[in-house]
Formats: sequence, structure tokens, C-alpha cells
Amino acid sequence: MSATWQHRLAERGVDRRLWLLLPATIFVLLLFVYPFLYGLSLSFQPTDGGGVLANYSKFFSDAYQRDTIATTLKIALPAALLNVLAAVPIAFRLRGRFRGKRLLTTILVVPITLGTVLTAQGLLNYLGPTGWLNRLLLSLHIVDDPIRLTNNYWGVFFSLVITGFPFAFLLVLSYLSGIDPTLERAAATLGASRAQRFRRITLPLLAPGLATTFLLTFVLAFSVFPSAVLVGNPAGSTRVISLAAYQAAYEQYDYSYASAIAMVMGAVELVVVAIVLVWRSRLYTGSTGGKG
Amino acid sequence: MSGFDQLRLDGVTRRFGAADALVGLDLTIERGEFIALLGPSGCGKSTALNCLAGLLPLTAGAIWQDDQRIDTLPPEKRGFGMVFQNYALFPHLTVRDNIAFGLRMRHLPKDDVRRRTTEAIEMVQLIEHASKLPGQLSGGQQQRVAIARATVLEPTLVLMDEPLSNLDAKLRLEMRTEIRRLHQSLGLTTVYVTHDQEEALSMADRLVVMRQGKVQQIGTPEEVHTKPSTWHVADFMGYRNLLPLKASQMNGDQVTVDLGGTAIRGSAQGAVAPGDDVIAAVRPEDVKLSDQGVKGLVEVVEYQGRERAVEVVLDGGGQDDPVRLHVRTEQRVEAGEQVALTVTPGRLLVYPS
Repeated sequence: MSATWQHRLAERGVDRRLWLLLPATIFVLLLFVYPFLYGLSLSFQPTDGGGVLANYSKFFSDAYQRDTIATTLKIALPAALLNVLAAVPIAFRLRGRFRGKRLLTTILVVPITLGTVLTAQGLLNYLGPTGWLNRLLLSLHIVDDPIRLTNNYWGVFFSLVITGFPFAFLLVLSYLSGIDPTLERAAATLGASRAQRFRRITLPLLAPGLATTFLLTFVLAFSVFPSAVLVGNPAGSTRVISLAAYQAAYEQYDYSYASAIAMVMGAVELVVVAIVLVWRSRLYTGSTGGKG
Repeated sequence: MSGFDQLRLDGVTRRFGAADALVGLDLTIERGEFIALLGPSGCGKSTALNCLAGLLPLTAGAIWQDDQRIDTLPPEKRGFGMVFQNYALFPHLTVRDNIAFGLRMRHLPKDDVRRRTTEAIEMVQLIEHASKLPGQLSGGQQQRVAIARATVLEPTLVLMDEPLSNLDAKLRLEMRTEIRRLHQSLGLTTVYVTHDQEEALSMADRLVVMRQGKVQQIGTPEEVHTKPSTWHVADFMGYRNLLPLKASQMNGDQVTVDLGGTAIRGSAQGAVAPGDDVIAAVRPEDVKLSDQGVKGLVEVVEYQGRERAVEVVLDGGGQDDPVRLHVRTEQRVEAGEQVALTVTPGRLLVYPS
């Protein structure tokens, strides 16, 4: 190869360092692209015959199955939204440097390490019918019967908040630290009150980050499975879509149908992601003046 | 908001932990004045500005605007404009929206906002850039937006925190004139923070020279330039020659010092007695090459256009501790040449050390 060619290729980023991408490429091909394409093609080969789209029409014509989409969205969207909204004020308060920041951040992030099962166990202990909260409320005569906070919608919701919040918090904190604090001071000298500074300056600069954070926690919440069984009501109010796929695959051994459900699940997520990204693309996403 | 006649800083003090950033600043600012806070970095000048703006609470002291105490007001209630060192333009708003921001916060009628914003954009000559985002502008243009944004509200006081330090040398000179012109044409009262003595001298009506959180001297540019109150101020005002010497004779406020075996007369600044250790200060441009006087050897010559900056090692100094004099001259000299130096009469200032 002539030297000129080498220079030209290097200009476009083609040089020997490109080999560094090889492990990741193999990883993605083997563990994501291949299984995805395999599942996709499997979903078009229904076990019982009836045409290419039989699995999909079966899913959408059965209200019991179809409703899992709404059920999952009803849990995942509010949980993701709450995670993001709760992370903003806490991150807002915790940005900047102060003593004990590392300790506080660690405490807020610890739930990541717990895992879903431990979280579910904890939820049952605290919020279950004979959990500490209900025993306290009963002994104080605030309620006459235990309030039901587990083995229903709320159990799953709390579980998603506990496991999803640390992610949201860490992301929002890093986005917020990337915004130059002088901007708010400048707004203050221009007569903007605390609320106006947040609404006019901080929030618009933070919004793209919030959109990204929302998407990540939403995707985590949408694939909820263990907590839907452990602290939810898997036969009713928390019969989420991943549960439907699980039942098809491991109770009815209909892998083709299960693949179709998984594809529907992916498609629904993609729709939400697309909507949020379209909204995000209309926001200002350039420099936020900070050290980022 | 109506203007004030006087702004009075009364023992303004700010502590960060155990460190005193600003100690007992007393200063009265008259309406229409251009005041420069001058000093090396860490001298407390920016702290003073932030205290004035309300961005930093005071540890002690008070700030009075005529009869009203304002140091307890938050920044948004003070009505002062501020220009930040990094400009702090809102990156998501256009030039026009940046400048209109303060007017909108005041809930002025839409027509008013549009008219005044347009005037301000015209004033800083950015009409064709009005709908650009700050990121698309050059440093000088961003600077002008920042100034327009701070002045469009016709604030009673404009605070500027080293606004020119991020610009290149040529632009800095242009903006200097521009800021001074705006100050006069808009009838502003300005407090300007800088570490550049030339900038301060050329722009301000009064200088406040600071060091280690304390005021060293307050005076007109001429006073501070010709009669620095301490040798620290002299050092900062361009007296590059600060020589530790001994006072030999006193005659009124005239004091004689011995420089390289030659007796030189200077004027005493502060309490100096014969036999005292003193610091003699003189500017390089007040030391002349001549046929007689203090003898020395040229060590370094820097060509600086019209003039040369020359460093001379005086004869008779110790081996380990040679006495050096900085000289500016239009004469041609070479390193290694023997020269004789005289000090322009009356330009040598003698400070107690």
C-alpha cells in the first residue's frame, strides 16, 4: 500500500487502531444481533402454522395477552417519570462540593447493589401485610386493617423506584454538574428569582439529559420481571409483558409465540424511545458551559 | 429603579473557612464613578465584587445604598448589572433573548422589551448576529453581548469581573475604549475588577489597590501611579526596581541612599530614619543610561520595538547577591557592555521595609 493511501485512510480514521473495535464487534454480533435476528425469524414461523403473522394476530386478538402492553406501560412510565423527577431536586441540592458528599452519594446509590430479589424481600418485610409499616400504623390506630402495598401494583412500583432511582440520580447529577453555575448567578443579577432561574436556565439546559435519563430508567422498568412475580400480582394487575413471554416459552413451550411477544415488547419500547428522542431533538443540546 | 447618589461599603468582610478573603473594605462610590479594584489574583477583588452583587453573603460589615441597607438583599433584588469573566451567556438562548432576559424577568410590556433590546443590540453593533446562539460568536462578540445584557436594564451599578482577560491583546485595547465610552454615554456607575494595572489606570476614575484581602491604597490613577502608598503597591504599579538599601541621610522628606557606591536622593514615603533598612523603588523608564553615575554591566537586552528593556548588574554588589537594575532605553546597547546609570531626579521612592 502506498504512503499516500495510508495517509488518506488515516484521515478517515482507518488505521491499525481500528482492530481495537474487534472484541466489541464480535460481542455485539454474537450476543445481540444474532439472537435478535434468530428470534425475529422464529416469530414468523408459528408452531401451529397459519401464516407468517399468525403469532402476532394471536397476541393482538387475545385481550388477556394484549392488555399486558398497557399493564406494563402503566407501571413503567410512571415509575421512570417519578425516578427522574425525584432525582432532579436531590441532585440539584447535592451538586457542588461539600463535606460528606461522597458518603451521601454512596448511600443513595447502594440500592443498585441489592438486586431485585433482595429488594423484594425488603419490601415484603417493610410494607407487607404484617410488615413494620402496617404494624406501626395498626398499633397507632391510624388504620384498622393493614393497607395493601405489596403483591399488587404498588409493590412492583416501589421495587422499580428503589432499583431505578440510583441510576436516574447518578445520571441527573452528572448532567447537572455539567451546567456552569455562573449561568444561574448571571440570571440572578438580571433579576430572575430562584424559580425563574430554574425554569428559564437550568431546566432547559438539563432537559436533554432528563430525556436520556428517562429513557434509560424506562427501558429498565419496562422489562420488569422478577419483582412483578415476587411483590406483584402476576395473575392480575401486574401481569407484565415479559411474564406473558415467559409463560409462552417455559409453560407452553411455544418458542415461536414467545419470540413474537418479545418482538412486540421491543417495538413498544422503540415507540416510546422514538417519541422521547423526537421531543429531545427539538431542545438545545449544545454546550452547557460547564466542565462537563 | 431610580439611581443612587452614594453607595457605601462599610467594613465589608468575607471569610472562607479560616481564611480571610476580604477584610474591612471601606469604600464610598459616587454616582457616575468608574472604580477599578486592582490587585494580584487572590487579593480579594473578585470577592468584593461578588459581595457587592449579592452572590456572596458578607461575614461582617454592611453595604448601604444611600439610606437603604442592601447587603441583606438577594442579587435579583439589587438591580445591579454584572459582566462575568467567562461572560456566562445563556447558551440555549439567542443573542436577542440573552439581552432581553433581564427585561422579561421584569415583566415589561412586549413592545418595550423589543425596542430596548434592539437598541442595546445596535449599541454593541451585533445586529446581523441577533438570532445566533452565543456558541456561534467570537470571544469579542460574546463579550459585547454580555455587556449589552448587563446594561440594557439601565442598572444603578454595573459590576465587571475581569471582562477582558479572555480576549487577545488587540481586542482588549478596543474593548477598553468601548467600555469606557459606554460608561460615559449611558451615565453608568461602574466597578471594574482587574489584575492589569494598565487597564485600571486607563479606564478608571479611582483605583482601589488591594493585597491579601486588604485595601492598600485608594486614589486617582495619577496618585496611585506616581505616589504608591507602599512598596507592594509600587511593585504592582510597574516599579520593577525594588532595591533593599540603607538610608544614610535625611533632609525633610528627601532621603539619601547608597546605590552601588553612589549616593542617590529619593523622596521618603512613610517613616524612614537614617540607618534604616529601606526599599527604594524606581521604574525602568526613570533610569537613564549616561556617561557617569552608577556603573554596571549589561546582562540581558530585550528588543521591544521603539525601546529596549535592559537588565544591568551593578558593580560592587556581592558575588552571590548581585544588585540588578531594569532600564528602558532607546539607545542601542549590547549584552556585556559597561554602562553608567542615573536616576531621574524625584522619581526614586524610598519606603520603610
